[in-house]
Amino acid sequence: MFQHDRLSNEITLFQKIKNLDYILLISVILLSVLSVFVMYSTDGGEILFHTKNHFVKLAVFFPLMIFVAFFNIKFWHNFSYIIYLIVIFLLIYVSFFGIKSSGSQRWMDLYLFVLQPSELMKVAIIMCLAKYFHRIKIENVNSFTSITIVLSIIIIPIIFVISQPDLGTSILIALSGLIILWLGGMKIKYFIYSFITFLISLPFIISFLKPYQKLRILTFLDPDRDPLGAGYQIIQSKIAIGSGGLNGKGFLKGTQSYLDFLPEKHTDFIFTLFSEEFGFIGSVGLLILYSIIIFRILRIGAISRSNFARLFCFGYAFAIFIYIVVNLSMVLGLLPIVGSPLPILSYGGSSMLATMIGFGIVLSAKINHKQMIA
Amino acid sequence: MIKSNSGIRKTDVINRRMFIIGSAKIVVFVGIVARLFSLQINENKKYLTLSDKNRIREWKLPPTRGNIVDYFGNVIAGNLKVYQLHIIPEQVENFNYLLVRLKNLLNLSDKRIARINKLKAELKPWDSIIVSENLSWSQFVKINNYLYDLVGVKPVMTISRNYPFNDVYTHVLGYVSQPNEQEILENEIIQERFVPGMKIGKLGLEKRLENHLIGTNAIQRYEVNAYGKRINQLEHQKGEQGSKIRLTVDTEIQKACGKLLNEKAGSISVMDIYTGDIIAMYSSPSYNPNLFLFGISQDEWQLIRNNPLKPLINKTLSGLYSPGSTIKPIVALSALENKVIDTKFKVKCTGKMELYGQTFHCWKEKGHGWVSLKNAMKQSCDTYFYEVARLLGVDRLKITAEKFGLGKKVLGDYFDNEKKGLFPNTKWKKNNLGKGWVLGETLITGIGQGYTQTTPLQLCMMTAQIANGGFAVKPKIIVDSNPISYEDAKQSMESGLLFDTDSEELLDKKLFKNQRNIKIVQEAMFASTNERFGTSYKSRIDDPKYQFAGKTGTAQVKRISKRERELDLELEQIPYKDRDHALYVAYGPYVNPRYALSIIVEHGGSGSKAAAPIAKKLFKLIIDRHDLRNKQSNFERITV
Repeated sequence: MFQHDRLSNEITLFQKIKNLDYILLISVILLSVLSVFVMYSTDGGEILFHTKNHFVKLAVFFPLMIFVAFFNIKFWHNFSYIIYLIVIFLLIYVSFFGIKSSGSQRWMDLYLFVLQPSELMKVAIIMCLAKYFHRIKIENVNSFTSITIVLSIIIIPIIFVISQPDLGTSILIALSGLIILWLGGMKIKYFIYSFITFLISLPFIISFLKPYQKLRILTFLDPDRDPLGAGYQIIQSKIAIGSGGLNGKGFLKGTQSYLDFLPEKHTDFIFTLFSEEFGFIGSVGLLILYSIIIFRILRIGAISRSNFARLFCFGYAFAIFIYIVVNLSMVLGLLPIVGSPLPILSYGGSSMLATMIGFGIVLSAKINHKQMIA
Repeated sequence: MIKSNSGIRKTDVINRRMFIIGSAKIVVFVGIVARLFSLQINENKKYLTLSDKNRIREWKLPPTRGNIVDYFGNVIAGNLKVYQLHIIPEQVENFNYLLVRLKNLLNLSDKRIARINKLKAELKPWDSIIVSENLSWSQFVKINNYLYDLVGVKPVMTISRNYPFNDVYTHVLGYVSQPNEQEILENEIIQERFVPGMKIGKLGLEKRLENHLIGTNAIQRYEVNAYGKRINQLEHQKGEQGSKIRLTVDTEIQKACGKLLNEKAGSISVMDIYTGDIIAMYSSPSYNPNLFLFGISQDEWQLIRNNPLKPLINKTLSGLYSPGSTIKPIVALSALENKVIDTKFKVKCTGKMELYGQTFHCWKEKGHGWVSLKNAMKQSCDTYFYEVARLLGVDRLKITAEKFGLGKKVLGDYFDNEKKGLFPNTKWKKNNLGKGWVLGETLITGIGQGYTQTTPLQLCMMTAQIANGGFAVKPKIIVDSNPISYEDAKQSMESGLLFDTDSEELLDKKLFKNQRNIKIVQEAMFASTNERFGTSYKSRIDDPKYQFAGKTGTAQVKRISKRERELDLELEQIPYKDRDHALYVAYGPYVNPRYALSIIVEHGGSGSKAAAPIAKKLFKLIIDRHDLRNKQSNFERITV
């Protein structure tokens, strides 16, 4: 077996480069370039802190993606559990020694940059579950043991993340995990039952929410109840997007943004700035770009021989989709405000690192799509 | 094989489920695009407006008040450039150092420094603090010289109200000052246009005509950021200066009135007897309204407030005086109209008159002997008028007095401090004092003492209406939209009808039953001034161009005791407060009369000595300016 793997693993560097998915690669590059320009706009049309840092991070993480891609998918399969455990360890570390900022403790200082392990968990959980469902027999998927195991895999990191507290990321982790359960063949009735249970226990869950989280839900239901306080962000965000119109106000001309009416414009509300300056056409264009990325990832999943690669690609495509949907719904006033960045576009090293690693593994799956994993 | 089968089955499951999810994804993306469409395309206008509302802020600048001009177009309430000093805290490097420098340069008080520090703490760092509202030119130059050392200081030029004639018009115009909260809330226009530093009318016409004078704010539109800081100016919208108001007054005459009453308490009113234009209306002493513009100092305020001659009271409108003998033309007219007396009717004056054991004295102790109406008026014989009043009765007298404007406001609602005065009758006493009328009271009412209270302007109007042949005039101080010329007014009046500009109707303005009676009174007033032994004979002018007719009055402030009467003290020997008020009413020229006036000198002594000589000095000026005034009448008409 080992011998066989080794043989099939021998793809030359040239072949690897040749086998990269160029549509995906070009889309990611386009998105990266776009993100630098948008960051430049958030800095008010100057190359300041955010633009510089964002560029540097791209310059580091984009090669990292290629680097990750050049590892055989089998390698990532083999290390999936270990990576998951490392991230769990980081989460534990952060919960004790992490850096505190604005009431939550979710970062660790790595000298070069500040890492948010929960962002890495978004990818790690997909890897871990993909490996689990790859290895488990289809007949055993719905066994009690396997359900217990997969639920533990999801719940353990969530407990750490939610206690940071970081509701947004934990929801994204949970959704990323659940999609693998779904894809892996977990019975539909389980999903239906748990969804019903969730609905029933919703009032109970809400009573457990922190006051500011309750406030966010109330604000979502009626942003005008406190237009200068809790509702300010969402109202200003809607104003910015709405005033963009068909063509937008033009690059560097988003008044809501450069006059500082937009909160969090570098991170969670980056789309608002983009949409204000580039309008409906630009926004739809951006969605199309994201759709191309998602579609390419799905396609790579579909041609992958191994179920690990397939599950990872499908799961990761879904995760990207979920990030986009949650972020856009939030800034468009369709969901309560939960902290969730827009992949690549938002300022934030950890998020970009995790996204790039994800893309790297997807590209690795593409390069090695014929690779069988036992 | 089993394993491989299982692998294939698993792959199928994954693919099938992926397909389900994939379809869901498309639906969700479509949903998001729909939302984007609704926000950016359907509701674009709404959000664009909201976005502009966010970023564009308007700064209102204080409006420029309209000018008030006299009849000849001279500005009597205008606007002046003033120099101010502002600090913009965010531009200041060392605030304390700056304050020390400014304190030395401008001699600022410690209180002022404390106030600036307080303002600095309250305002945003980019909001300017007004250090000094009104810098003198030399201070302004000084600041400009040291500007290199005063980082963050901004010398500013702005506009402020100014009264070029200082105290000449204070009681007519009032003054402006910073509004209090109440005043802002009461007036919607002020509320809408208010900006800090703006001044509003506090008194007089400035207050009454606030809504016309106020003007509209200049508006500066700025783009601001989320913290309200101005980023750049988008637009400057010019404000409109308030309406220009033209008054009927003549500054030369008004100034002369001020001079004539210098250091006296009193009032002079001059009126056009046909048009009702108030030519002058001066209350003495006056004060300088410019003092109030930037907040009057405590010392200056106390000086005005504690002045025993009471400069704060507008004596022309709110001063209530017994008319004294100036009422006699009305008493005579009333008696003639009611056919109680005729020109041949005579009374023997022995210096006093007894009634029910009470003695009523004539001012002339020795008595005037047998006097007719003309002689009684000429010499102001009290006994004659006691007898006439007794025969006439106070009720009939009041009817005539009221017709001629006593007991009613002259200028309606233009001045909220105008008083109505009082002319009594039997019913009034019963209703207000609860006692029956006593005949003795009729006697003293007949010589203008007792309950009767009149304002100087009422006496002026009374005289005007006798002078014009007995027709009602409508007094006015503002030149309205369709001013009636002197000739037209005279002509329409002499036809017995007056065109009322408010109701646009011809109204019967006759105040008499028989115009002959008016003529008799006029002749008696002429005699009083121009014939020997007349009380104001010494103040006459013989030149027919200036010749005037008048009636003196001396109003007692307190009852004269028997002892005082015997002593017959000189004016200087009586304490100021106890001295009689001196009054004089007159009109002229006697042939073709044009103007009526009333003069009151508080505690001036006798009317003939203290008031009538003022009229002599004034009449020459008034009549000399008549032609000028006529030429001016068609000069721009301003709507109020």
